[in-house]
Amino acid sequence: MAFESLTDKLQNVFKNLRSKGRLTEADVKTALKEVKMALLEADVSFKVVKQFTKAVQEKAVGQDVMNGLNPGQMVIKIVNDELVQLMGPEPAELVLKPGNELTVIMMVGLQGAGKTTTAAKLAGKLKSQGRRPLLVACDVYRPAAITQLEVNGKKQGVEVFSLGEKADPVDIAEKAVSYAKNNGFNTVLIDTAGRLHIDERMMEELQNIRGRVHVDQTVLVVDAMTGQDAVNVAASFEEKIGLDGVILTKLDGDTRGGAALSVKATCGKPILYAGMGEKLSDLEQFYPDRMASRILGMGDVMSLIEKAQASLDEEKAKDIEQRFRKAQFGFDDYLDSMNQMKNMGGLSSILSMLPGIGGSQMKQLEDAVDEKKMAQIEAMILSMTPQERSNPDILNPSRKKRIANGAGVDISEVNKLVKQFEQSRKMMKQYSGMMSGKGGMRGRFKLPF
Amino acid sequence: MEEKKGFFKRLVEGLTKTRDNIVSGIDSIFSGYSSIDDDFYDEIEEILVMGDIGINATTAIIEDLKQKVKEQRIKDPAQCKQLLIDSIKDQMDVGETAYEFENRKSVILVIGVNGVGKTTSVGKLAGKLKDQGKKVVLAAADTFRAAAGEQLTEWAKRADVDIISGQEGSDPASVVYDAIAAAKARNADVLLIDTAGRLHNKKNLMNELGKINRILDRECQEYYRETLVVLDGTTGQNALSQAREFKEVADLTGIILTKLDGTAKGGIAVAIHSELDIPVKYIGVGESIDDLQKFNAEEFVNALFAV
Repeated sequence: MAFESLTDKLQNVFKNLRSKGRLTEADVKTALKEVKMALLEADVSFKVVKQFTKAVQEKAVGQDVMNGLNPGQMVIKIVNDELVQLMGPEPAELVLKPGNELTVIMMVGLQGAGKTTTAAKLAGKLKSQGRRPLLVACDVYRPAAITQLEVNGKKQGVEVFSLGEKADPVDIAEKAVSYAKNNGFNTVLIDTAGRLHIDERMMEELQNIRGRVHVDQTVLVVDAMTGQDAVNVAASFEEKIGLDGVILTKLDGDTRGGAALSVKATCGKPILYAGMGEKLSDLEQFYPDRMASRILGMGDVMSLIEKAQASLDEEKAKDIEQRFRKAQFGFDDYLDSMNQMKNMGGLSSILSMLPGIGGSQMKQLEDAVDEKKMAQIEAMILSMTPQERSNPDILNPSRKKRIANGAGVDISEVNKLVKQFEQSRKMMKQYSGMMSGKGGMRGRFKLPF
Repeated sequence: MEEKKGFFKRLVEGLTKTRDNIVSGIDSIFSGYSSIDDDFYDEIEEILVMGDIGINATTAIIEDLKQKVKEQRIKDPAQCKQLLIDSIKDQMDVGETAYEFENRKSVILVIGVNGVGKTTSVGKLAGKLKDQGKKVVLAAADTFRAAAGEQLTEWAKRADVDIISGQEGSDPASVVYDAIAAAKARNADVLLIDTAGRLHNKKNLMNELGKINRILDRECQEYYRETLVVLDGTTGQNALSQAREFKEVADLTGIILTKLDGTAKGGIAVAIHSELDIPVKYIGVGESIDDLQKFNAEEFVNALFAV
C-alpha cells in the first residue's frame, strides 16, 4: 500500500492552485482534510486530531503564503510548526538533582512497552554521564523479569538491587532507596511491573511506592506503536500516579508514532527519550521537530542531516566537495565516501530516514544496493596503485587485469566500476552546479555521494 | 455449550470497559439521530476510528453502510446498527478449518514484534493444549532477549510440558532444529516455537525467520504447519504493517490478539482481516493461563457492540 507522503498528496490537491498570495479558508479546509487523514493514519487520537486541526484552521486562514511555497506547502509548514510547538518545542531533559543528592526515578507503563530494557538503557546513559545509578527490580510478577534486568544491568555495568520474586514491590523500593543512600549511589531507577491502567489493584501498588518512597521523577514508558488507546493510558497514569516525563520506545520500527502527539497532548509532560533499537546504547534524545515530520509522513530528514554531520569529517567533506566541483574526484574519494556512509550505519539505515521511502520501496532499494557489492568495489579500489586512484584515466587493459586479479573479480567488473565511476563523476559535476545555484532548498544535502 | 458460555463471559468481562465506551457511543448515535445525514455518518466514523479500526477500513465500512442504506431505503438510524454489526461480522469470520492443528500432529511457530506477548501467549497455548491431553514440546528460540528462555521455562513448568532451549546469543535456528528432533523422539503431538521479538522492518531479523521456516519446511513435512503472528491489541495502524511484513516471510495462518483486557478495542483486527485476510484465532483477555481464548467473530462483535 506504500502510502503516499502527505507532501505528495497535498501537491496533488494544490496542483491547480499555485501562486496564490494568501491562504483562503477553502485552501486551508482542503489541505486540512488531508492532514487529518495523515494524522489518523499515524494513530494520533481522534480527539487530539480534531482539536489540533481546528486550532490550525484558525491560525492558517488569511496567512500570507511564503515565497517559493505553494498553498499546500504553506499549510504543511504551519501544521509542522504547530506540531513541534505541541510536542516540545525544545528537547527536554530528565531532571536530576545535582551532586550526591539522591534522585529516584520510577518507570511505569503497560506490559510489553519496554520498561525493563529502557530502565537498563537509561542507567547506562546516566552512568556514562558520571552518575552512580542503581537499578531496582520491582517486577515480581512477570516470569524472569528480574533475571532480564540483572543480565541487562550487568551489560551496562550497573548494579541491580533485587529481593527476589517473593518480596513486596513496595518493600523492595523502600529498601533499595536506603541501600542506595548507604552505598554511595545518587540515582535510583525503579523498574516496575507492566500493568493495565484500569487495573485498580496494580495502580494502587504504584501509589503505595510513591507513598513510601520519595519519587522525584515518574516516567511513563510508551510503545510508539500504540493506537487510539494511548490517550486513555496517559490520562490514567497521569491522574492516578502523576507523571513527570515520557519515554517513547520502538521508534526504530516503521510506525509513524502518532502516539507521541496523543500522549503529549493528554498529559502535557515532556517526552524525554526515544528508544531506537535493540542494543542497550540505542536510547536517544527526543527531538520534537523530527517527530513532527515523521508523524506527517515526511521522513526524518533532520535526523539524517545530523547523522551525516556527526560522522562526516567537516574538513574532508569540504575538500571532497571542492574536488567535485573541479571534477578532480578520484577513486580514493570514492572509497572515503563509501566508508563514511558505512559509519552512518550503512546505506539501508540512511535510506530509511529519507522521506517518501516506505517499506516496499525500501526493500527494492536494498536489493538494488547490495552491501556485498560494496565490499567488492572496496577490494577493487584497494587493488589500485595510488596513482591509478587519483588519476583513473591511466587505467589501460593491462592495469585493469592486474586490478581484477588483485581483487579476485572478473575484469568486466573492473570495467563496470570504471564506467560507473565516470558516470558519477559526471553527475557530481552537474549536482554541484545545482547546489550552488538555487539556495534555500528544503532538506538540501552537501553529501559527497 | 459450556465452553461457549465461558468464552462469552470472559470476553464480556475483559471487554467491559471497551464496551462501555463504544456502546454508549454507538447507542447514543443510533437513538440520538432522527435521520440519516452526514453528521450521523461522521459520528460513526469517529467511533470506528477511535476503536483503532483505522481510517481506511472505516471509510470502507461507511461506504458499504451508505450503499446498503440506499439500496434498502432505510430511513431510521436505529436500523443501521444491525447493518454495521453484520458487515463487520461478515469480515471477521474465522472459517471452519481454523483450528485444524488441534486434531493433527502439528508445529506452531509464533512470531511478532517486541513486547506484544509472544512468550506469554506460547505459555498459555501450551497449557491449553496440554489440558486437551496433548503431548506438547516447547522450543525457546528467543535467544536474544535477556532471560526470555527463563521466562518460557517458567511457563513450561506451570503448564507441565517439556522445553528445549539454547544459550542466550546462540543461533535460534539450531534451537529449532534440536526441538524438532526432540519432538520427533518424544512423539509429541504439538511443537510450539517461541521466537525473539523482531521489528518487521529489520531485514536481517526477518531473514532469520526465513531460515527457521526453511528448517521447518525440510524437517517437518509430516507435521501440520501453523504460523501465528502475535499482535498487541493496543497497537494502532502499525499492526497492519506488521502483519503484512510477517506475511511476506512466513505463511501466516492466523493472529493472536493480546491485551484486550484494557480499554483498547483491538479494532485493528478488523482492518487486518479485511485487508490481508488473516483470521484472528485467539485473543488474550487477561494474565492467567485460561485467559487465552479461541476467537469467535460473532461473539466478539456482539460483545463489542453489546447486542
